[in-house]
Amino acid sequence: MNEYLFYPGCSMESNAIAYSESLKAISKPLELVLKEIDDWNCCGATEYVGISLTPAYALITRNLALASRQAKDSHTVVAPCSACYLNLAKADYYMRESPRLNQNVNTALAAGGLSYRPGSLEIRHLLDVIINDIGLAEIKKHVVRPLSGLRVAPYLGCMVPRPDYDQRWSDAEHPTELDRLLKALGAEVIDYPLKTHCCGGHMTQISPSTAFELIRRLISSADQYHADLMVTLCPMCQMNLDAYQNETNKHFGTHYHMPILFFTQLIGLAFGLDASELGIGRELVSARAALSKIGVEPPPEEPKPPRRRKEKTTGLPMPQMPAEEEVV
Amino acid sequence: MSIQTVVSPQDTNPNVRFLEEVSLHTAGVSRLEMCIQCGTCGGSCPSAADMDHTPRMLFAMVRAGMRTEALSSNTPWICVSCYHCVVRCPQEVHIADVMYTLKSMAIKNKLYKDATAPDFSQTFVEMVENYGRSYEFGLATRHYLKHFPLRLPNMAPMGLGMLTKKRMDLRPKKIKGIDQLQAILERAKEVEAVS
Repeated sequence: MNEYLFYPGCSMESNAIAYSESLKAISKPLELVLKEIDDWNCCGATEYVGISLTPAYALITRNLALASRQAKDSHTVVAPCSACYLNLAKADYYMRESPRLNQNVNTALAAGGLSYRPGSLEIRHLLDVIINDIGLAEIKKHVVRPLSGLRVAPYLGCMVPRPDYDQRWSDAEHPTELDRLLKALGAEVIDYPLKTHCCGGHMTQISPSTAFELIRRLISSADQYHADLMVTLCPMCQMNLDAYQNETNKHFGTHYHMPILFFTQLIGLAFGLDASELGIGRELVSARAALSKIGVEPPPEEPKPPRRRKEKTTGLPMPQMPAEEEVV
Repeated sequence: MSIQTVVSPQDTNPNVRFLEEVSLHTAGVSRLEMCIQCGTCGGSCPSAADMDHTPRMLFAMVRAGMRTEALSSNTPWICVSCYHCVVRCPQEVHIADVMYTLKSMAIKNKLYKDATAPDFSQTFVEMVENYGRSYEFGLATRHYLKHFPLRLPNMAPMGLGMLTKKRMDLRPKKIKGIDQLQAILERAKEVEAVS
Protein backbone atom coordinates (compact mmCIF):
# COMPACT_ATOMS: atom_id res chain seq x y z
CA MET A 1 0.00 0.00 0.00
CA ASN A 2 1.22 3.44 -0.90
CA GLU A 3 0.05 6.22 1.39
CA TYR A 4 0.59 9.94 0.81
CA LEU A 5 -0.56 13.35 1.91
CA PHE A 6 -2.60 14.84 -0.88
CA TYR A 7 -2.88 18.44 -2.05
CA PRO A 8 -5.64 18.43 -4.72
CA GLY A 9 -5.59 22.10 -5.73
CA CYS A 10 -8.61 24.17 -6.80
CA SER A 11 -8.87 22.85 -10.37
CA MET A 12 -9.48 19.28 -9.24
CA GLU A 13 -12.83 20.39 -7.85
CA SER A 14 -13.84 22.45 -10.85
CA ASN A 15 -12.47 22.42 -14.39
CA ALA A 16 -10.42 19.24 -13.90
CA ILE A 17 -13.13 17.23 -12.18
CA ALA A 18 -12.52 14.44 -14.70
CA TYR A 19 -8.93 14.19 -13.42
CA SER A 20 -10.24 13.89 -9.89
CA GLU A 21 -12.86 11.27 -10.78
CA SER A 22 -10.43 9.12 -12.75
CA LEU A 23 -7.78 9.37 -10.03
CA LYS A 24 -10.30 8.17 -7.48
CA ALA A 25 -11.31 5.29 -9.73
CA ILE A 26 -7.76 4.02 -10.30
CA SER A 27 -6.64 4.51 -6.71
CA LYS A 28 -8.47 1.38 -5.61
CA PRO A 29 -6.78 -1.15 -7.92
CA LEU A 30 -3.42 0.60 -7.44
CA GLU A 31 -3.83 0.60 -3.62
CA LEU A 32 -3.00 4.26 -3.64
CA VAL A 33 -4.13 5.99 -0.46
CA LEU A 34 -4.28 9.78 -0.69
CA LYS A 35 -4.94 11.61 2.57
CA GLU A 36 -6.21 15.06 1.69
CA ILE A 37 -4.58 17.93 3.60
CA ASP A 38 -7.32 19.24 5.85
CA ASP A 39 -8.58 22.72 4.91
CA TRP A 40 -5.90 23.36 2.29
CA ASN A 41 -5.96 26.68 0.41
CA CYS A 42 -5.17 27.81 -3.13
CA CYS A 43 -1.47 27.84 -4.04
CA GLY A 44 -1.76 31.25 -5.70
CA ALA A 45 -1.03 29.83 -9.17
CA THR A 46 1.32 32.10 -11.11
CA GLU A 47 -0.58 35.19 -9.97
CA TYR A 48 0.31 35.95 -6.35
CA VAL A 49 4.11 35.73 -6.84
CA GLY A 50 3.77 38.47 -9.44
CA ILE A 51 2.23 40.79 -6.87
CA SER A 52 4.01 40.36 -3.57
CA LEU A 53 6.70 37.94 -2.49
CA THR A 54 6.16 37.21 1.21
CA PRO A 55 2.34 36.92 1.06
CA ALA A 56 2.63 34.62 -1.97
CA TYR A 57 5.03 32.27 -0.21
CA ALA A 58 3.06 32.43 3.03
CA LEU A 59 -0.07 31.39 1.12
CA ILE A 60 1.71 28.39 -0.39
CA THR A 61 3.42 27.42 2.85
CA ARG A 62 0.26 27.39 4.96
CA ASN A 63 -0.51 24.17 3.08
CA LEU A 64 2.87 22.68 3.91
CA ALA A 65 2.49 23.70 7.54
CA LEU A 66 -0.92 21.99 7.73
CA ALA A 67 0.47 18.94 5.96
CA SER A 68 3.43 18.57 8.30
CA ARG A 69 1.08 18.79 11.28
CA GLN A 70 -1.06 16.05 9.76
CA ALA A 71 1.90 13.87 8.70
CA LYS A 72 2.15 10.53 10.49
CA ASP A 73 3.21 7.62 8.32
CA SER A 74 3.99 9.58 5.20
CA HIS A 75 5.98 12.77 4.77
CA THR A 76 5.35 12.97 1.05
CA VAL A 77 2.91 15.49 -0.34
CA VAL A 78 1.48 14.55 -3.72
CA ALA A 79 0.02 17.16 -6.05
CA PRO A 80 -1.74 16.29 -9.31
CA CYS A 81 -1.61 19.82 -10.78
CA SER A 82 1.60 21.14 -12.33
CA ALA A 83 1.32 24.68 -10.99
CA CYS A 84 0.46 23.49 -7.47
CA TYR A 85 3.29 20.97 -7.57
CA LEU A 86 5.79 23.59 -8.66
CA ASN A 87 4.61 26.18 -6.15
CA LEU A 88 4.82 23.77 -3.22
CA ALA A 89 8.21 22.44 -4.36
CA LYS A 90 9.49 25.95 -5.01
CA ALA A 91 8.49 27.31 -1.61
CA ASP A 92 10.19 24.39 0.09
CA TYR A 93 13.33 24.79 -2.04
CA TYR A 94 13.71 28.57 -1.75
CA MET A 95 13.04 28.49 1.98
CA ARG A 96 15.89 26.00 2.25
CA GLU A 97 18.09 28.22 0.10
CA SER A 98 17.25 31.59 1.63
CA PRO A 99 17.21 31.94 5.44
CA ARG A 100 15.65 35.36 5.02
CA LEU A 101 12.66 34.03 3.07
CA ASN A 102 12.32 31.20 5.58
CA GLN A 103 12.25 33.65 8.46
CA ASN A 104 9.79 36.03 6.76
CA VAL A 105 7.39 33.25 5.84
CA ASN A 106 7.51 31.71 9.30
CA THR A 107 6.92 35.11 10.90
CA ALA A 108 3.76 35.36 8.80
CA LEU A 109 2.67 31.78 9.54
CA ALA A 110 3.06 32.44 13.26
CA ALA A 111 0.18 34.91 13.01
CA GLY A 112 -2.00 31.88 12.31
CA GLY A 113 -0.32 29.67 14.91
CA LEU A 114 1.56 27.69 12.25
CA SER A 115 5.15 27.01 11.27
CA TYR A 116 6.99 25.04 8.63
CA ARG A 117 10.53 23.67 8.60
CA PRO A 118 11.69 23.56 4.96
CA GLY A 119 12.89 20.16 3.89
CA SER A 120 10.67 18.31 6.38
CA LEU A 121 8.28 17.20 3.61
CA GLU A 122 8.92 15.68 0.23
CA ILE A 123 6.89 17.22 -2.59
CA ARG A 124 6.13 15.08 -5.61
CA HIS A 125 3.87 15.02 -8.62
CA LEU A 126 1.24 12.31 -9.02
CA LEU A 127 2.84 10.88 -12.18
CA ASP A 128 6.15 10.56 -10.32
CA VAL A 129 4.67 8.42 -7.53
CA ILE A 130 2.63 6.29 -9.94
CA ILE A 131 5.68 5.51 -12.08
CA ASN A 132 8.40 5.32 -9.44
CA ASP A 133 6.63 4.04 -6.32
CA ILE A 134 3.88 1.87 -7.79
CA GLY A 135 5.89 1.01 -10.89
CA LEU A 136 5.10 -0.04 -14.42
CA ALA A 137 5.28 -3.77 -13.61
CA GLU A 138 2.45 -3.40 -11.10
CA ILE A 139 0.45 -1.26 -13.52
CA LYS A 140 0.81 -3.83 -16.31
CA LYS A 141 -0.70 -6.48 -14.01
CA HIS A 142 -4.00 -4.56 -13.99
CA VAL A 143 -4.25 -3.93 -17.74
CA VAL A 144 -7.23 -5.88 -19.06
CA ARG A 145 -8.06 -3.69 -22.05
CA PRO A 146 -4.77 -2.71 -23.71
CA LEU A 147 -5.03 0.57 -25.61
CA SER A 148 -3.75 -1.12 -28.79
CA GLY A 149 -4.12 0.95 -31.93
CA LEU A 150 -4.74 4.18 -30.07
CA ARG A 151 -2.16 6.78 -31.15
CA VAL A 152 -1.45 9.13 -28.28
CA ALA A 153 0.71 12.22 -27.89
CA PRO A 154 2.23 12.37 -24.38
CA TYR A 155 2.07 15.98 -23.25
CA LEU A 156 3.59 17.05 -19.93
CA GLY A 157 3.71 20.82 -20.24
CA CYS A 158 6.25 22.98 -18.48
CA MET A 159 6.03 22.99 -14.75
CA VAL A 160 6.43 19.32 -13.93
CA PRO A 161 9.78 18.59 -15.60
CA ARG A 162 11.08 22.14 -15.08
CA PRO A 163 12.88 23.58 -13.17
CA ASP A 164 12.97 20.27 -11.26
CA TYR A 165 14.69 21.42 -8.07
CA ASP A 166 15.14 17.92 -6.69
CA GLN A 167 16.10 16.05 -9.89
CA ARG A 168 13.10 13.78 -10.03
CA TRP A 169 12.64 13.65 -13.81
CA SER A 170 14.66 11.95 -16.55
CA ASP A 171 15.07 15.14 -18.57
CA ALA A 172 13.97 18.77 -18.35
CA GLU A 173 12.88 18.98 -21.99
CA HIS A 174 12.31 15.44 -23.23
CA PRO A 175 11.40 13.31 -20.25
CA THR A 176 10.21 9.77 -21.06
CA GLU A 177 8.14 8.91 -17.97
CA LEU A 178 4.73 9.54 -19.52
CA ASP A 179 5.73 7.75 -22.75
CA ARG A 180 6.74 4.65 -20.81
CA LEU A 181 3.53 4.66 -18.81
CA LEU A 182 1.36 4.92 -21.92
CA LYS A 183 3.35 2.17 -23.64
CA ALA A 184 2.78 -0.05 -20.61
CA LEU A 185 -0.95 0.51 -21.14
CA GLY A 186 -0.55 -0.77 -24.70
CA ALA A 187 -0.99 2.54 -26.51
CA GLU A 188 0.89 3.53 -29.63
CA VAL A 189 2.93 6.47 -28.33
CA ILE A 190 4.21 9.07 -30.78
CA ASP A 191 7.58 10.71 -30.18
CA TYR A 192 5.95 14.05 -29.55
CA PRO A 193 8.53 16.80 -30.02
CA LEU A 194 6.58 19.49 -28.15
CA LYS A 195 5.87 17.35 -25.10
CA THR A 196 7.15 19.96 -22.64
CA HIS A 197 6.29 23.11 -24.57
CA CYS A 198 3.95 25.71 -23.13
CA CYS A 199 0.14 25.58 -23.42
CA GLY A 200 -0.12 29.34 -22.89
CA GLY A 201 -0.88 29.21 -19.18
CA HIS A 202 -2.91 32.24 -18.08
CA MET A 203 -2.28 34.00 -21.40
CA THR A 204 -5.76 33.00 -22.59
CA GLN A 205 -6.96 35.64 -20.12
CA ILE A 206 -4.30 38.26 -20.78
CA SER A 207 -3.01 38.14 -24.33
CA PRO A 208 -5.29 35.77 -26.26
CA SER A 209 -3.35 35.90 -29.54
CA THR A 210 -0.17 34.82 -27.69
CA ALA A 211 -2.04 31.92 -26.13
CA PHE A 212 -3.80 30.83 -29.34
CA GLU A 213 -0.47 30.59 -31.16
CA LEU A 214 0.99 28.35 -28.43
CA ILE A 215 -2.14 26.17 -28.43
CA ARG A 216 -2.07 25.94 -32.23
CA ARG A 217 1.55 24.77 -32.26
CA LEU A 218 0.84 21.95 -29.83
CA ILE A 219 -2.31 20.71 -31.50
CA SER A 220 -1.04 21.00 -35.06
CA SER A 221 2.11 19.06 -34.17
CA ALA A 222 0.09 16.26 -32.56
CA ASP A 223 -2.18 16.31 -35.60
CA GLN A 224 0.76 16.03 -38.01
CA TYR A 225 1.80 12.90 -36.14
CA HIS A 226 -1.74 11.54 -36.63
CA ALA A 227 -2.35 11.34 -32.90
CA ASP A 228 -5.87 10.27 -31.98
CA LEU A 229 -5.65 12.24 -28.77
CA MET A 230 -3.29 14.08 -26.46
CA VAL A 231 -2.65 12.94 -22.91
CA THR A 232 -1.86 15.45 -20.19
CA LEU A 233 -1.16 15.57 -16.47
CA CYS A 234 -2.07 19.17 -15.76
CA PRO A 235 -5.50 20.83 -15.33
CA MET A 236 -4.32 24.08 -16.91
CA CYS A 237 -2.93 22.32 -20.00
CA GLN A 238 -6.12 20.29 -20.39
CA MET A 239 -8.27 23.39 -20.00
CA ASN A 240 -6.30 25.48 -22.50
CA LEU A 241 -6.03 22.79 -25.17
CA ASP A 242 -9.58 21.51 -24.75
CA ALA A 243 -11.76 24.48 -23.82
CA TYR A 244 -9.92 27.01 -25.99
CA GLN A 245 -9.47 24.72 -29.01
CA ASN A 246 -12.64 26.02 -30.59
CA GLU A 247 -11.62 29.66 -30.18
CA THR A 248 -8.13 28.84 -31.47
CA ASN A 249 -9.64 27.18 -34.53
CA LYS A 250 -11.73 30.29 -35.16
CA HIS A 251 -8.70 32.55 -34.71
CA PHE A 252 -6.64 30.71 -37.34
CA GLY A 253 -9.42 29.36 -39.55
CA THR A 254 -8.32 25.80 -38.77
CA HIS A 255 -10.46 22.73 -38.08
CA TYR A 256 -8.52 20.71 -35.56
CA HIS A 257 -10.38 18.16 -33.50
CA MET A 258 -7.91 16.90 -30.94
CA PRO A 259 -9.36 15.37 -27.77
CA ILE A 260 -7.35 16.03 -24.59
CA LEU A 261 -7.54 13.46 -21.78
CA PHE A 262 -5.77 13.04 -18.45
CA PHE A 263 -3.30 10.17 -18.05
CA THR A 264 -5.37 8.85 -15.17
CA GLN A 265 -8.34 8.47 -17.55
CA LEU A 266 -6.24 6.31 -19.89
CA ILE A 267 -4.98 4.20 -16.99
CA GLY A 268 -8.61 3.64 -16.00
CA LEU A 269 -9.64 2.68 -19.52
CA ALA A 270 -6.78 0.18 -19.77
CA PHE A 271 -7.84 -1.24 -16.39
CA GLY A 272 -11.26 -1.92 -17.94
CA LEU A 273 -13.08 0.67 -15.83
CA ASP A 274 -16.26 2.27 -17.09
CA ALA A 275 -15.86 5.48 -19.13
CA SER A 276 -18.46 7.35 -17.05
CA GLU A 277 -16.59 6.49 -13.85
CA LEU A 278 -13.48 8.12 -15.34
CA GLY A 279 -15.05 11.47 -16.20
CA ILE A 280 -14.90 10.73 -19.89
CA GLY A 281 -17.42 12.89 -21.70
CA ARG A 282 -16.54 16.00 -19.69
CA GLU A 283 -14.05 17.12 -22.34
CA LEU A 284 -15.40 19.81 -24.67
CA VAL A 285 -13.63 18.33 -27.70
CA SER A 286 -15.27 14.93 -27.75
CA ALA A 287 -13.04 11.85 -27.40
CA ARG A 288 -15.86 9.60 -28.63
CA ALA A 289 -14.48 8.84 -32.11
CA ALA A 290 -10.93 8.31 -30.81
CA LEU A 291 -12.04 5.93 -28.07
CA SER A 292 -14.20 3.86 -30.38
CA LYS A 293 -10.86 2.60 -31.75
CA ILE A 294 -10.35 0.65 -28.53
CA GLY A 295 -14.01 -0.32 -28.27
CA VAL A 296 -14.93 2.18 -25.57
CA GLU A 297 -18.39 3.66 -25.72
CA PRO A 298 -18.47 6.94 -23.76
CA PRO A 299 -21.70 7.96 -22.05
CA PRO A 300 -24.20 9.51 -24.48
CA GLU A 301 -23.86 13.19 -25.25
CA GLU A 302 -26.44 15.34 -23.57
CA PRO A 303 -28.92 16.69 -26.12
CA LYS A 304 -28.25 20.24 -27.15
CA PRO A 305 -30.77 22.78 -25.82
CA PRO A 306 -33.12 23.93 -28.59
CA ARG A 307 -32.31 27.27 -30.13
CA ARG A 308 -34.57 29.92 -28.76
CA ARG A 309 -34.93 31.98 -31.88
CA LYS A 310 -35.16 30.89 -35.45
CA GLU A 311 -32.39 32.27 -37.55
CA LYS A 312 -33.68 34.74 -40.12
CA THR A 313 -32.73 33.97 -43.67
CA THR A 314 -32.76 37.63 -44.58
CA GLY A 315 -31.19 40.60 -42.89
CA LEU A 316 -32.98 43.62 -41.53
CA PRO A 317 -36.04 44.79 -43.49
CA MET A 318 -34.82 47.22 -46.11
CA PRO A 319 -36.77 49.46 -48.48
CA GLN A 320 -36.95 47.65 -51.78
CA MET A 321 -37.99 48.59 -55.29
CA PRO A 322 -41.22 46.78 -56.25
CA ALA A 323 -40.76 43.96 -58.72
CA GLU A 324 -41.44 44.97 -62.31
CA GLU A 325 -44.71 43.08 -62.77
CA GLU A 326 -46.16 44.89 -59.74
CA VAL A 327 -45.67 48.26 -61.35
CA VAL A 328 -48.82 49.19 -63.19
CA MET B 1 28.56 39.73 -3.42
CA SER B 2 30.51 41.49 -6.20
CA ILE B 3 28.07 44.37 -6.49
CA GLN B 4 29.50 46.32 -3.57
CA THR B 5 32.87 46.48 -5.31
CA VAL B 6 31.34 47.79 -8.54
CA VAL B 7 29.04 50.43 -7.09
CA SER B 8 30.63 53.03 -4.92
CA PRO B 9 28.79 53.36 -1.61
CA GLN B 10 28.78 57.14 -1.99
CA ASP B 11 26.63 56.99 -5.11
CA THR B 12 23.21 58.29 -4.10
CA ASN B 13 21.46 57.71 -7.43
CA PRO B 14 18.88 55.03 -6.49
CA ASN B 15 18.89 53.63 -10.03
CA VAL B 16 22.48 52.50 -9.60
CA ARG B 17 21.19 50.08 -7.01
CA PHE B 18 18.26 48.89 -9.11
CA LEU B 19 19.88 45.49 -9.71
CA GLU B 20 20.34 44.99 -5.96
CA GLU B 21 16.75 45.99 -5.34
CA VAL B 22 15.48 43.47 -7.89
CA SER B 23 17.62 40.71 -6.39
CA LEU B 24 16.49 41.57 -2.89
CA HIS B 25 12.84 41.09 -3.79
CA THR B 26 13.39 37.78 -5.58
CA ALA B 27 12.79 34.46 -3.84
CA GLY B 28 16.01 32.54 -3.29
CA VAL B 29 19.15 33.81 -5.00
CA SER B 30 18.40 35.59 -8.29
CA ARG B 31 21.94 35.26 -9.79
CA LEU B 32 20.94 38.14 -12.05
CA GLU B 33 24.41 39.72 -11.82
CA MET B 34 25.84 36.54 -13.37
CA CYS B 35 24.12 37.12 -16.74
CA ILE B 36 26.66 37.00 -19.61
CA GLN B 37 24.24 38.37 -22.24
CA CYS B 38 24.38 35.20 -24.36
CA GLY B 39 20.72 35.40 -25.44
CA THR B 40 19.87 31.76 -24.77
CA CYS B 41 16.80 32.96 -22.85
CA GLY B 42 15.30 34.94 -25.73
CA GLY B 43 16.15 32.17 -28.19
CA SER B 44 14.32 29.63 -26.01
CA CYS B 45 11.29 31.81 -25.33
CA PRO B 46 7.98 30.73 -26.90
CA SER B 47 6.43 34.16 -26.50
CA ALA B 48 9.45 36.42 -27.25
CA ALA B 49 7.79 37.63 -30.45
CA ASP B 50 5.20 39.52 -28.39
CA MET B 51 7.71 41.05 -25.96
CA ASP B 52 8.99 44.64 -25.96
CA HIS B 53 12.43 43.36 -24.97
CA THR B 54 13.91 39.87 -24.93
CA PRO B 55 14.83 38.72 -21.41
CA ARG B 56 18.52 39.26 -22.23
CA MET B 57 17.90 42.86 -23.18
CA LEU B 58 15.70 43.44 -20.15
CA PHE B 59 18.40 42.14 -17.81
CA ALA B 60 20.96 44.45 -19.41
CA MET B 61 18.56 47.33 -18.74
CA VAL B 62 18.15 46.28 -15.11
CA ARG B 63 21.91 46.20 -14.67
CA ALA B 64 22.23 49.59 -16.38
CA GLY B 65 19.84 51.07 -13.82
CA MET B 66 17.15 51.83 -16.42
CA ARG B 67 14.45 51.55 -13.79
CA THR B 68 11.49 53.20 -15.54
CA GLU B 69 12.15 51.55 -18.90
CA ALA B 70 12.61 48.11 -17.37
CA LEU B 71 9.53 48.32 -15.16
CA SER B 72 7.31 49.54 -17.97
CA SER B 73 8.41 46.79 -20.38
CA ASN B 74 5.67 44.29 -21.21
CA THR B 75 8.22 41.44 -21.12
CA PRO B 76 7.52 40.12 -17.59
CA TRP B 77 3.78 40.17 -18.34
CA ILE B 78 4.20 38.17 -21.54
CA CYS B 79 6.47 35.59 -19.86
CA VAL B 80 4.47 32.34 -19.68
CA SER B 81 6.55 30.79 -16.85
CA CYS B 82 7.54 27.81 -19.00
CA TYR B 83 11.05 27.66 -17.49
CA HIS B 84 12.68 26.78 -20.81
CA CYS B 85 15.17 29.64 -20.39
CA VAL B 86 15.71 28.74 -16.74
CA VAL B 87 16.95 25.22 -17.46
CA ARG B 88 19.00 26.35 -20.47
CA CYS B 89 20.67 29.43 -18.92
CA PRO B 90 24.40 28.66 -18.67
CA GLN B 91 24.65 31.00 -15.68
CA GLU B 92 21.63 29.53 -13.88
CA VAL B 93 19.91 32.88 -13.50
CA HIS B 94 16.49 32.40 -11.91
CA ILE B 95 14.85 34.12 -14.86
CA ALA B 96 11.20 33.27 -14.19
CA ASP B 97 11.47 34.42 -10.58
CA VAL B 98 13.11 37.68 -11.66
CA MET B 99 10.15 38.22 -14.01
CA TYR B 100 7.77 37.85 -11.05
CA THR B 101 9.84 40.40 -9.11
CA LEU B 102 9.72 42.89 -11.97
CA LYS B 103 5.93 42.44 -12.19
CA SER B 104 5.46 43.14 -8.49
CA MET B 105 7.74 46.19 -8.70
CA ALA B 106 5.87 47.47 -11.76
CA ILE B 107 2.58 47.16 -9.85
CA LYS B 108 3.99 48.88 -6.78
CA ASN B 109 5.30 51.76 -8.91
CA LYS B 110 2.29 51.75 -11.27
CA LEU B 111 4.62 51.57 -14.26
CA TYR B 112 2.87 48.89 -16.35
CA LYS B 113 1.52 50.09 -19.69
CA ASP B 114 -1.35 47.66 -20.11
CA ALA B 115 -3.59 46.90 -17.13
CA THR B 116 -4.98 43.58 -18.46
CA ALA B 117 -2.40 41.32 -16.83
CA PRO B 118 -1.98 43.21 -13.52
CA ASP B 119 -5.77 43.40 -13.17
CA PHE B 120 -6.11 39.68 -13.81
CA SER B 121 -3.50 38.85 -11.16
CA GLN B 122 -5.04 41.24 -8.68
CA THR B 123 -8.58 39.96 -9.20
CA PHE B 124 -7.34 36.38 -8.83
CA VAL B 125 -5.55 37.24 -5.61
CA GLU B 126 -8.52 39.16 -4.25
CA MET B 127 -10.70 36.06 -4.66
CA VAL B 128 -8.07 33.89 -2.96
CA GLU B 129 -7.77 36.35 -0.08
CA ASN B 130 -11.56 36.34 0.37
CA TYR B 131 -12.25 32.63 0.04
CA GLY B 132 -8.94 30.81 0.37
CA ARG B 133 -9.65 29.17 -2.98
CA SER B 134 -9.64 30.34 -6.55
CA TYR B 135 -13.06 31.17 -7.97
CA GLU B 136 -13.00 30.76 -11.72
CA PHE B 137 -16.52 31.83 -12.55
CA GLY B 138 -16.24 35.10 -10.61
CA LEU B 139 -12.78 35.76 -11.93
CA ALA B 140 -13.66 35.06 -15.57
CA THR B 141 -16.85 37.12 -15.62
CA ARG B 142 -15.29 40.11 -13.89
CA HIS B 143 -12.15 39.99 -16.01
CA TYR B 144 -13.91 39.50 -19.34
CA LEU B 145 -16.47 42.21 -18.74
CA LYS B 146 -13.73 44.68 -17.98
CA HIS B 147 -11.08 43.72 -20.52
CA PHE B 148 -12.58 41.56 -23.25
CA PRO B 149 -16.29 42.43 -23.59
CA LEU B 150 -16.06 41.78 -27.33
CA ARG B 151 -14.77 38.27 -26.74
CA LEU B 152 -17.83 37.34 -24.69
CA PRO B 153 -20.02 36.17 -27.61
CA ASN B 154 -17.20 33.90 -28.74
CA MET B 155 -16.67 32.65 -25.19
CA ALA B 156 -20.33 31.94 -24.41
CA PRO B 157 -20.46 28.43 -25.94
CA MET B 158 -17.31 27.51 -24.03
CA GLY B 159 -18.66 28.86 -20.74
CA LEU B 160 -21.92 27.04 -21.29
CA GLY B 161 -20.01 23.86 -22.09
CA MET B 162 -18.02 24.16 -18.87
CA LEU B 163 -21.23 24.66 -16.90
CA THR B 164 -23.20 21.80 -18.47
CA LYS B 165 -20.23 19.44 -18.11
CA LYS B 166 -20.11 20.45 -14.44
CA ARG B 167 -16.60 21.84 -14.79
CA MET B 168 -17.32 25.26 -13.32
CA ASP B 169 -18.95 26.23 -10.03
CA LEU B 170 -21.23 29.22 -10.00
CA ARG B 171 -20.56 29.83 -6.34
CA PRO B 172 -17.21 30.19 -4.58
CA LYS B 173 -15.88 27.68 -2.06
CA LYS B 174 -14.57 29.04 1.20
CA ILE B 175 -12.04 27.35 3.45
CA LYS B 176 -12.81 26.88 7.17
CA GLY B 177 -9.67 28.65 8.32
CA ILE B 178 -10.23 31.80 6.30
CA ASP B 179 -9.62 34.00 9.39
CA GLN B 180 -6.36 32.21 10.04
CA LEU B 181 -5.30 32.62 6.41
CA GLN B 182 -6.18 36.30 6.42
CA ALA B 183 -4.18 36.84 9.62
CA ILE B 184 -1.19 35.12 7.99
CA LEU B 185 -1.46 37.21 4.84
CA GLU B 186 -1.87 40.42 6.85
CA ARG B 187 1.34 39.67 8.77
CA ALA B 188 3.07 38.70 5.52
CA LYS B 189 2.19 42.06 3.99
CA GLU B 190 3.63 43.86 7.03
CA VAL B 191 6.83 41.83 6.73
CA GLU B 192 6.99 42.56 3.01
CA ALA B 193 6.54 46.28 3.55
CA VAL B 194 9.62 46.59 5.75
CA SER B 195 11.88 44.20 3.83
